[in-house]
Amino acid sequence: MPTLTYRDALNQALREEMQRDPNVFLMGEEVGLYQGAYKVSRGLLEEFGPQRVVDTPIAELGFAGIGVGAAMAGLRPVIEFMTWNFAVLALDQIVNSAAKMLYMSGGQFPMPLVFRGPNGAALQLGAQHSQAWESWLAHIPGLKVVAPATPADAKGLLKAAIRDNNPVIVLEGEMLYNTKGDVPDGELVIPIGQADVKCPGTDVTVICHSKTVSVALKAADLLHESGISAEVIDLRSLRPLDEAAIVTSVTKTNRCVVVEEGWRHCGVGAQVVDLIQRDAFDQLDAPVLRVTQADAPMPYNKVLERAAKSTPEKVVAAARRVLYLD
Amino acid sequence: MSPATAAAAAPGKKVSADLQRRMLRQMLLIRRFEERAAEAYALGKIGGFCHLYIGQEAVAVGSIAALRDDDYLICSYREHGQALVRGIPPTAVMAELFGKATGCSHGKGGSMHLFDAQRHFMGGHGIVGGHIPLAAGIGFAVKYKGGDQVCLCYFGEAAVNIGAFHEALNMAAVWKLPVVFICENNRYGMGTAFERVAALTDVAAHAKSYDMASAEVDGMDVFAVHDATTRAVAQARQGKPTLLEVRTYRFMGHSMSDPLHGVYRTKEEVEEQKKRDPIAALTHQLRDDGIMDQAAIEALDAEIRGEVDAAVKFADESPDPEPDALLHDVLAD
Repeated sequence: MPTLTYRDALNQALREEMQRDPNVFLMGEEVGLYQGAYKVSRGLLEEFGPQRVVDTPIAELGFAGIGVGAAMAGLRPVIEFMTWNFAVLALDQIVNSAAKMLYMSGGQFPMPLVFRGPNGAALQLGAQHSQAWESWLAHIPGLKVVAPATPADAKGLLKAAIRDNNPVIVLEGEMLYNTKGDVPDGELVIPIGQADVKCPGTDVTVICHSKTVSVALKAADLLHESGISAEVIDLRSLRPLDEAAIVTSVTKTNRCVVVEEGWRHCGVGAQVVDLIQRDAFDQLDAPVLRVTQADAPMPYNKVLERAAKSTPEKVVAAARRVLYLD
Repeated sequence: MSPATAAAAAPGKKVSADLQRRMLRQMLLIRRFEERAAEAYALGKIGGFCHLYIGQEAVAVGSIAALRDDDYLICSYREHGQALVRGIPPTAVMAELFGKATGCSHGKGGSMHLFDAQRHFMGGHGIVGGHIPLAAGIGFAVKYKGGDQVCLCYFGEAAVNIGAFHEALNMAAVWKLPVVFICENNRYGMGTAFERVAALTDVAAHAKSYDMASAEVDGMDVFAVHDATTRAVAQARQGKPTLLEVRTYRFMGHSMSDPLHGVYRTKEEVEEQKKRDPIAALTHQLRDDGIMDQAAIEALDAEIRGEVDAAVKFADESPDPEPDALLHDVLAD
């Protein structure tokens, strides 16, 4: 099985879908001539030309709206945001236009549209460039939200997103672009809405997504060293949420820790905990704990930044508490 | 001012007598429809926000007459007029205002969100200026597919102060998109006079920032609107977008929940503007030119009143959406 970086897996997905369907085009800042701010679109301008790989001015609201209009008129746009921090400027188009168009038109205008780009913190980029927006986006009916953690998932979920007839948010990770993994040859389309059990376990369930998958897996290794068997579940899709996978795992382990990159208040983990207390209440042997970013804007200082983030050590500590070991 | 400006200021009788009669019919349809909508609103048959088009009829009628059936339109929330002129049946528009299953958006949209995909009526949109980039996107799709349709995009002058307007005009100009941006300058964004909040009150002048053609048009003269839009549409089919500033006036409040006049404009101003009533002007002209006599005009008006009565009856008697429609069309299959 070939090994690819997350970046190249996304690139393959874009290339294959653009080859497959002439109505698919890529639009965003620096996607063409510059080959992508993070080189996800490398080579696409050369292969598909400037009509299908479109460099935009720095005008997120405007080009997000152009994507919506193009989707209304029959195209399948892929809109790249250089980062989701900048996409906040386009939220009016994502929320008020894309997410609601099908509904408020009485079913007349589906939105086959992808909004994608890196989400969450990288390293020392400071407060305005280090934010995880998934709970904002997953709040909205009419959107689908995926957050792939591996190269294979990045490829398979982006391909599924492009083929979907709904607006799909694809949250990538700057820190993930260089990570490598096996990506199966041939057609790889991963259905949106399916979680993935990254490692089976019996003592505690650790639920994670995107960059926190590697955090959770590292925590599972540390827990294993002290004889604790953790089951790690990668949500992969935040809307729809694979509720059955969560309930099945918690029913088995009776304990759960939810890890995410974003802030605690109204976060993705809050939604997961709501589900567990409702559908697996009788299976729980301990309160569900959450590991999140500290409730503060991201600091620049390296030590403070590390302290703000979700880490394997914090996950281990939470897991030990739900097992009443500490 | 662009060359188009001078031409637009000289409305001709270039249109056939037949089209002139059709224009009067459409303007009267909007007027009578909106009057009945106001009544229905007062009776509680229509809820929420309801922005009437009375006073601005010449804009929708004159501009849409310049379009082909396969062209696109996209509008703000004050879009009843454009919807009717585009040919959405008055029954379906009124039923939508009533929130009924038979409405053109199946009761899910309401007054501000009229849609008709078949007629390329790309919606009424409720966030000021938010739909202007969508118009550029529709133009982008037309160009992408190698078509020669255009998209007319309607918005009020208050939308000119929002970023979406500028971002969309810039990209439409850079990418040479087939879009005609029609600013219906009715002078007030809700209760705020444009000159109180805009450093530059000459809307058409904004086109210069985007190296785009522009024209100022008398929005009370249906022929002037038609003429200017016809020219702009021809340019747009060649990949040259235009910004039209159409000077008009709304005779009603901003929405049904607002007063006709009050702190932001005087009764005298409204009465003065009503002397420029576009329907009265067209009626006089058709009479003077011998195209329709008074009896024919009255007969036409009676016929339209009958149509609108039927639309109200249809809307009133139509069913609400089924309860399970609540969760339909949140996502497509």
